[in-house]
Amino acid sequence: MKIVVLAKSVPEVAEAELEVTADGSGLETEDLVLGINEWDNFAVEEAIRLRDAHGGTVEVLTLGDEEAEDVLRRALAMGADEATHLCDEAFAGSDPATVARLFARAITGEDFDLILTGVQSSDANNAQTGVLLAQRLGIAFATLATKIEMGGAGLVVHRELEADTEERVELPLPALVTVQSGINQPRYVSVMGIRKVRGKTVERLELDDLGLAPEEVGAPASIVSQRRLSLPEAGGSAEMIAGSMAEVSGRLAAIVREKGGLS
Amino acid sequence: MSGLMVIAEHRQGKLRACTKEVVGAALSLENDVVVAVLAAEPAKIAGELIGSAPSLLLMAHPSLADYNPEAYLPVLADLVASRAPRLVLLPHTSQGMDLAPALAGRLDLPLVTDCTGVEFGERITLSRQVYSGKVVERLVLEPAPSVVLTLQPGAFAEAAGGMETEVIETPVSQIEPKCARRLLEYIRAASEDVDISAAEILVAVGRGIGKSENVAMAQELAAAIGGTVACSRPVADAGWLPKSRQVGTSGKTVRPKVYIALGISGAFQHLAGMKGADTIIAVNKDPAAPIFQVADFGVVGDCLELLPALKRALAG
Repeated sequence: MKIVVLAKSVPEVAEAELEVTADGSGLETEDLVLGINEWDNFAVEEAIRLRDAHGGTVEVLTLGDEEAEDVLRRALAMGADEATHLCDEAFAGSDPATVARLFARAITGEDFDLILTGVQSSDANNAQTGVLLAQRLGIAFATLATKIEMGGAGLVVHRELEADTEERVELPLPALVTVQSGINQPRYVSVMGIRKVRGKTVERLELDDLGLAPEEVGAPASIVSQRRLSLPEAGGSAEMIAGSMAEVSGRLAAIVREKGGLS
Repeated sequence: MSGLMVIAEHRQGKLRACTKEVVGAALSLENDVVVAVLAAEPAKIAGELIGSAPSLLLMAHPSLADYNPEAYLPVLADLVASRAPRLVLLPHTSQGMDLAPALAGRLDLPLVTDCTGVEFGERITLSRQVYSGKVVERLVLEPAPSVVLTLQPGAFAEAAGGMETEVIETPVSQIEPKCARRLLEYIRAASEDVDISAAEILVAVGRGIGKSENVAMAQELAAAIGGTVACSRPVADAGWLPKSRQVGTSGKTVRPKVYIALGISGAFQHLAGMKGADTIIAVNKDPAAPIFQVADFGVVGDCLELLPALKRALAG
């Protein structure tokens, strides 16, 4: 079985102090650490587990600048067999439809059985690329997978719905599945592990290789004409409590007692 | 091209409340709003929308009983292509996230997901949350005859009732003879010993709790005040607490008297599950964490340092 995984390099923002660029069109990324999109990490892990259980190969693809190659190196260290980097300055500013189109070009002609990717990326939060790619390739798909099993007509996927409910759906292969966080416990990747795969080749695909013209990709082809970012006012309407540990905990205790109806 | 079209969402024979929010959002933009209800017996599902939407399109077919993108797509593609609404609106739910990109891809229409604001002018302008909810994005779109949008649940007010509703039964012509994807069954998570939605005080832990062993500190605090421990998604994902303790759209919706959020950043899926709490106390290292946007009281700091002190203060 050949499994293709799409993974994205994103800035880690959890505890970072973010700053919007002067023109408002993006984030200052210089001080931000890049890493694999959390959902895609679950997808890579799931692909490797499926391969280990059923045989085959795992190819990981990413689209991004030079630095995005780290995501592929990391996936190789986790156990992926092949890696492909869609890298061209012309790709900057591509909307999800263009990203899906580029990935479709990159894998057309490959004899794949399953494509996995994360439900969404933590940076752009679009949750579009996977399904758009499936639609372009004309294959069956399912989003929000919390369990993937081989069986039935091909795959049986548990989809996470709302309010403690899931649905079980059957898909024939080839298929595309977007992976929800928590589907597995991704393995740890050490610096040593990444060093070990230093010798592996990463295939590079540029605009020319994918047979598209510059005006068909990137910002010129985007549905967005203007993008402006801003930071919400920290704290909103919350009353912020500061002070020594004793003061803060004393104040919080009083609030919990009063609001919780404790004596 | 005119008017707005809402795709109603239902599951197991019931309209989902998020549909009313999407109708509300549409009506705040313009009055020409139709709601497409695709179902085996759409009249039964659409009952709740009578009075809160100007126009309902009932599209009945046995293959539309349960959501399946392959059954829905040809029907919707036909409908959208023939009516050419300016906006096609869906909720950003497990169904909307599955269906909207497929519909937009099939018809080659622009799609913007998880919108928290929609403005109509010469161009369509959308607000969304990006970078884990820490940044607000405003997008002005290139002109297009029709645009598909998914709207964040909880971000828009439900439509007010009391309006005249026109009900139009619309024949379903385009049906996929055989879907490759097949729904096998719905699964309800097994109920656990503790029902967090019944608790009056919840001590909820997030990624900031650091590691599995630290959950015990939250349990001790909860025990001291007769509260119950709950969690956000990353904690359940990591297996530190069972899924039954997860607060949020995919888990449980809670409305306790007091909700203490420890090390929870506040993804919208989490906020949607707890913002109805009477009093929200949030403790987080990151002053820009979205949880502070819904909190009544906030502390910027490490919950691991605060937990023992708070337990002492409350036990005393």
